[in-house]
Amino acid sequence: MRLEPKPAPSLGMTLLFPLAAIAATLLLTSLLVLAAGASPLSVFYLVAKGAAGSQFALLETLTRATPLIFTGLAVAVAFRAKLWNIGAEAQLYIGGVVTVVLGTGALPLPSVILIPVIMLAAMLAGGLLLLGPAILKTRFGVDEVVTTLLLNFIVLLFVSMLLEGVLKDPMGLGWPQSQKVIADAQLPRIIQGKRLHYGFVVAIVSAIVVWVIMKKTVLGYEMRAVGHNPEGARFVGIPVNRVLMKTALLSGGLAALAGFSEVSGLKGNLTLDLSPGYGYSGIVVAMLAMLNPLGVVVSAIFVAGIFVGADAMSRIAKVPSYIADVMVATSLLTMVVAILLTRFRVRWK
Amino acid sequence: MDAFEILFTASFWVAAIRIASPLIFATMGELICERAGVLNLGIEGIMTAGAFAGWFTVYAGGDLWTGVLVAALAGAMFGLLHATLTVPLSLSQHVVGIGVTLLATSLTYFTYRLVLPEVTSPPKIEPFQPLPIPGLSQIPLFGEALFSQTPLTYLAFVTVAVVAWVLYRTPVGLAVRAAGENPSAVEAQGISVTGIRMGAVMVGSALMAVGGAFLTMSAFNSFFFEMINGRGWICIALVVFGSWRPGKALLGAILFAAFDAYQVRLQQLSGGIVPYQVFLMMPYALSILALILVARRATYPKALMIPYQKGER
Amino acid sequence: MSIASQPPVLRLSGITKRFGPLVANDAISFELERGEVIALLGENGAGKTTLMNILFGHYVADEGSVEAFGQPLQPGDPRAALDAGIGMVHQHFTLADNMTVLENIALGTQSLWLPRLDRAVARLRIEQLSADFGLAVDPAAVVSSLSVGERQRVEILKALYRDARILILDEPTAVLTPAETDALFRTLKLLVAKGLSIIFISHKLHEVMAVSDRVLVLRSGRLAGERATAATDRKELAALMVGQEVKPAEVTAVEPGDALLVLDTVSTGRRNGAALDGVSLTLRAGEITGLAGVSGNGQAALAALLAGTESPIAGTVVIGGRQIGDWSPKAALGHGIARIPEDRHAVGTIGDMSVTENVIAERYASPRFSRMGFLDWKAARNFAEQIIADYDVKCPSPEARIRLLSGGNMQKLILGRALDPEPSVILASQPTRGLDVGAVAYVHRMLLAARQRGAAILLISEDLEEILALSDRIVVMSKGRLSSPSARGERSIRELGELMAGHGEEGAKDAA
Repeated sequence: MRLEPKPAPSLGMTLLFPLAAIAATLLLTSLLVLAAGASPLSVFYLVAKGAAGSQFALLETLTRATPLIFTGLAVAVAFRAKLWNIGAEAQLYIGGVVTVVLGTGALPLPSVILIPVIMLAAMLAGGLLLLGPAILKTRFGVDEVVTTLLLNFIVLLFVSMLLEGVLKDPMGLGWPQSQKVIADAQLPRIIQGKRLHYGFVVAIVSAIVVWVIMKKTVLGYEMRAVGHNPEGARFVGIPVNRVLMKTALLSGGLAALAGFSEVSGLKGNLTLDLSPGYGYSGIVVAMLAMLNPLGVVVSAIFVAGIFVGADAMSRIAKVPSYIADVMVATSLLTMVVAILLTRFRVRWK
Repeated sequence: MDAFEILFTASFWVAAIRIASPLIFATMGELICERAGVLNLGIEGIMTAGAFAGWFTVYAGGDLWTGVLVAALAGAMFGLLHATLTVPLSLSQHVVGIGVTLLATSLTYFTYRLVLPEVTSPPKIEPFQPLPIPGLSQIPLFGEALFSQTPLTYLAFVTVAVVAWVLYRTPVGLAVRAAGENPSAVEAQGISVTGIRMGAVMVGSALMAVGGAFLTMSAFNSFFFEMINGRGWICIALVVFGSWRPGKALLGAILFAAFDAYQVRLQQLSGGIVPYQVFLMMPYALSILALILVARRATYPKALMIPYQKGER
Repeated sequence: MSIASQPPVLRLSGITKRFGPLVANDAISFELERGEVIALLGENGAGKTTLMNILFGHYVADEGSVEAFGQPLQPGDPRAALDAGIGMVHQHFTLADNMTVLENIALGTQSLWLPRLDRAVARLRIEQLSADFGLAVDPAAVVSSLSVGERQRVEILKALYRDARILILDEPTAVLTPAETDALFRTLKLLVAKGLSIIFISHKLHEVMAVSDRVLVLRSGRLAGERATAATDRKELAALMVGQEVKPAEVTAVEPGDALLVLDTVSTGRRNGAALDGVSLTLRAGEITGLAGVSGNGQAALAALLAGTESPIAGTVVIGGRQIGDWSPKAALGHGIARIPEDRHAVGTIGDMSVTENVIAERYASPRFSRMGFLDWKAARNFAEQIIADYDVKCPSPEARIRLLSGGNMQKLILGRALDPEPSVILASQPTRGLDVGAVAYVHRMLLAARQRGAAILLISEDLEEILALSDRIVVMSKGRLSSPSARGERSIRELGELMAGHGEEGAKDAA
């Protein structure tokens, strides 16, 4: 078997491949649904209905998509430069920590200043958290996949320590949770009485900004060059290590915004279950979008829809909601195969 | 008892060897994959799947060794998936590895919920029991630590010896080591690089799964969520720390486990002045530290993470 | 000995292989007799290596068949080729550096599933073969500790160990010193005397004349001619190989000008293989300095130094009269050094980026292509179109991924990118490796035009003929040191060869 490169596919083909990957995913996971003794068609229908069948469902899906857009962007940016950031989960929690540290009354500022200050501080903290593994990679040759993964565990324990220590809410009845952020530090709801908040708008704006960075700026050009061929990039004078540092700051910062937006927009305080694995799902979101920042928005909504829909479905049909995680993981693998097929022709001899 | 005396208690070393056992299996598994040139980041998920598969086999009425076998088979199947995507299809070993971990983990959780829909506390099985080896287990301290363990721990040590023998003394071991160093050397001698690499990943993944099964069938007696808890990632660090050599990696795993057992005891001694989370962080921090210390000097298998296409040089 | 009465040991019939639109091999047929040495002669890209890869089972031919010793050979299976007694010494050695000589040779010769590799048997046989064919090498040595010549011996032993009756050598002399080459030729004679048949692949005419009984000339994938070596000469073979009369590039006299780049006793670390050891070199305006040498003697380190990817650890570098401090690719470009790298795929281009993105790569941050951190894609595209037109690059569009371009067109783009700003110093590292005749002539014309304009050029090449044709001055590199320069025609090829082999300069001078 041999892989031969082929010319760039048309835009139509490029859009077709994610769809093919999703179709393959549905086909594979329907085997599990059958194993659970349910009918795939009705289960998938229930998932779709639970994700987008009503205004409530749709808003819930968009709410769930918000942190996924941030972590998806974080991964997309990092993977573009082949900086394998698997630590978005940790960066997200650090963003949440910064939000409660600054947002529970420490800074007496009006909302229009306080919120941007918190956002910047959260981004900086998340960026610095990824800068460590990036420096270990460039200075010592330590694989950043392993270090970012290990940091996820360290940071979660660190957060647990804070929540049982200095950040513990005295009124929390002994639960490990922080105080609520003050009203001025809260992102308002988009529609009164619904859960969807302005974090979603920030996420969309972030996606556009990242798209502009990748497409139009010198930094984006450098990041892509470093990702495609670091040797070649170094040769033509691109400061590869410095580009990786900038990538780390940007990627970690974006992931931290997920934590900020969840605390400030949705939950109000920091708990140990702030993220049900948004950092890891961000990898799938980014790959489904083929690392395109605008595509991340679409794929985040899609992935969020699967999770929200599967929750609703599992209440009706007796299929465990973990089917959503299986679908998301499967779509990651089918998608990388699909991307391969856009770029190479497989010859069987 | 003070912090230093702990080191001379048999119970400490018994715990250390018990903690080391799953790491030894999984580290050997990862080592085989990487020696053939494939980084297997599916390890965390494959260990999860193995932990469940072994435990559930026994829970469903199978005997313990059948459970180990089923775990190994489950691991090999995920290894086959990983290898198919990364070896002939040359896909990114990073992305595929993470994908396999996500898939194996979620499939395990899905299956658990499917077969045990309404349980509140995880059901227990009768796990492997310690099998003191007469005579040897009477030797103070280390005899007790090494020879009053469960059969699965003994199997872990046997596995290291077998892996070392196979890699350095057998024809197929030569092919595996060459595939990770210069795959064209393998192909030029008429051996299929794809075959060697896929085989290595499958065998390695089977060992990882047995490592996971150790937790549910020997260390504990039930399966619960997130029980692997980063052990897979630690094993990847251990492979680097052991310079891709089975003996050194074994030593690394025992050292690491001793440290882990030690921090638990220190935690009890500290009387709650230092938050317990600090102790729990130590294994992960130690792994990162170990990577930093050896990464500069490490002699990686040269073809690690480099896909091979036939006829390429 | 009557050869003609025996059947051929190898018969290729109508071998055709296509890669997309490219026909790498077009209906090639020939036979190899027992005890015969065939030279397969052709330029880079003529299809020699593809043909041998088909023979050895790395590739499967689209059409045609191979017979070895009267039996058809299973296509696409290296194992079948090995079992049929075909051994191959690849241009890039297929040895695992982390294993011993014995392990490399024994690899795959014993059933994979034996519980134990029988080392004693292997050692005995290797020692026997070493003695029989004069291939001295220690079976217990780890390959990473061996010299290039020793590694090649291991490769030959690998084939002999498997009872090869047909030995294919792909450009075996590319990495050898002249003395090592002579030793190889003696070994080949020994092998033939014992009844082996040999296919010797080369693009070097004098070697072909020295070693072969019969010459097959390959050109653009076709068999362009077949001659008995005794009945032909280098001139005829050259004509067959190239197909048309190629005019050697015309070199007009240029008065050398100022010293534009001066290296004074510069040493480097070992990051690029062999290090530089106290190298002094002056590049003058209007002069091409040719650097000859056997690959792996420090040329890569010198190229990396000039390109800015390697910094000196001792000595000084003076460019345009100023001593340089911080050294990096960016600094090199800033000092007006144009770089044509040895490996255009791995280093010279970023394959998955477009032609436009590659063309601006050395100057993307300049005001011409960017403002306030934003790239001016319109200016970039215009520049790409200009280079495509000026340097006659054939490509579908400036947006096409550069990976899809042919080697020659890729090199033209690199030339355009490097030469457009009219650099004062040009580093050309193996600029014509792997190119067809037309592209080679084009590269040579461009380098000569730059010389005419007053640029100082360093031409690093393993092709001595190229060096001799273009250089105003020649220096030879061996073990990280440079010989003194010699003017055009001052040293004979034999003297240069002595220097390449690392025999002291005094000795070479004495011989002259």
